[in-house]
Amino acid sequence: MPVNTTQDDPERARRFREAALPHLDDVYTLARYLLRDASDAEDAVQECYLRALKHFDTYRGPAMKPWLFAILRNVCRAEYARRATSPSTGLDDTPEAAEQTPMWHEEQQTPEAEMLRERDASAIRRLVDALAEPFRETFVLREINNLSYREIAEAVGAPVGTVMSRLARARAMLRSAWLAEQEQVK
Amino acid sequence: MTCDEAKILLHALIDGELDAGHAREVEAHIASCAACAAEANDYRRMREAIAKADLRYTAPASLRQRIDAALPKPAPAAAANVTPLASRRSVLRGFALGSAVSALAATLLVAVVVRNDDQQMIESEIVSSHLRSLQPGHLIDVVSTDQHTVKPWFNGKLDVSPPVIDLTAQGFTLIGGRLDYVDARAIGAVVYKRRAHVINLFVAQTSSMAHKPAKTETIQGFNVRRWSDRGLNFWAVSDIGADELNEFGEKFEAAAQANKEG
Repeated sequence: MPVNTTQDDPERARRFREAALPHLDDVYTLARYLLRDASDAEDAVQECYLRALKHFDTYRGPAMKPWLFAILRNVCRAEYARRATSPSTGLDDTPEAAEQTPMWHEEQQTPEAEMLRERDASAIRRLVDALAEPFRETFVLREINNLSYREIAEAVGAPVGTVMSRLARARAMLRSAWLAEQEQVK
Repeated sequence: MTCDEAKILLHALIDGELDAGHAREVEAHIASCAACAAEANDYRRMREAIAKADLRYTAPASLRQRIDAALPKPAPAAAANVTPLASRRSVLRGFALGSAVSALAATLLVAVVVRNDDQQMIESEIVSSHLRSLQPGHLIDVVSTDQHTVKPWFNGKLDVSPPVIDLTAQGFTLIGGRLDYVDARAIGAVVYKRRAHVINLFVAQTSSMAHKPAKTETIQGFNVRRWSDRGLNFWAVSDIGADELNEFGEKFEAAAQANKEG
């Protein structure tokens, strides 16, 4: 792979590796949930690390993870754009459409009497994957990548208030779907 | 509190992101509202189920290898060690070692970055001073809610005269002042209270007379709002929420501006 000479400074390379590589599993996890495809996720993560290296001089800390996530999101957005032009993708999953639906409209179908029961990892992953963007993203950053609200805001470039409302909405949708599945299993 | 408000805030409560005052309000609402209580209960169960299931993915070794190959090598010696024909087993062992070493190095790196960056070093010292001030008997050197007592007290103790502004009417009670040491220099701390929360306002001299707009960040769980005005650097530090700390900063700046003009 060709490497730009200004980036070929061994000291800089060492610092980048030490700062960024420990987060590889985290970045890969987010990519899996954002793209819902293992091989697209691998490509996105590789691209993310190359871009991060390129922009490493602009990194000012303190938290490396939200910074890497912000780069990954940009990589994924290019992938979304590519998918949007391919005819196989439905239009219901665009971030804009999802955010404009009314806030609590999922609540109507919630069976209130039932308590939420535990599920295994694959069942929960399926439920999370079914969430619309950008709620899935906020939810994954919070519950799976364990970011604070402020770090999520930093990574997605939105105010903390937006993060809070997306998270509330994501959990409300997930709860409805979770309880609905529970009903069917019974 | 209405159900609509609670439905958003109860998530911040579950996530431990709410300040004590708001947390009490949400808890009070949940205690009196069966629908919100059921929701909060489900969300807690959901969190537990998710934590238990471990929904993280592990990056495949092949991806790790691809990235490793694509990044420039840290040192010539390391580059010589990488052979494309290495067996899968030895490659994996290399990675396991690599990530352990990297994690350790990353910790050291943070220390280096912090030490090289004056601003960050000062801010982490400021947070340490804030923490020290919260220990019994350390908060205040001059106890007074009167700005005309606190301000003269700093005379002769510092190379600057920190503006001491009473913001009691705006919901931030002046409770006193303290002399602190940050970056090996004496620095003034004006102490305010918001409900049960302490806000330390640190004031130090700077060579620049320019007005620098406020920037808020979180260090060790404390919010720090920094701004500069007319030759003084200000850092407000507290465990109150960033929005409340910003409110404090804005009211302080507005009052300082009014004093200057008046």
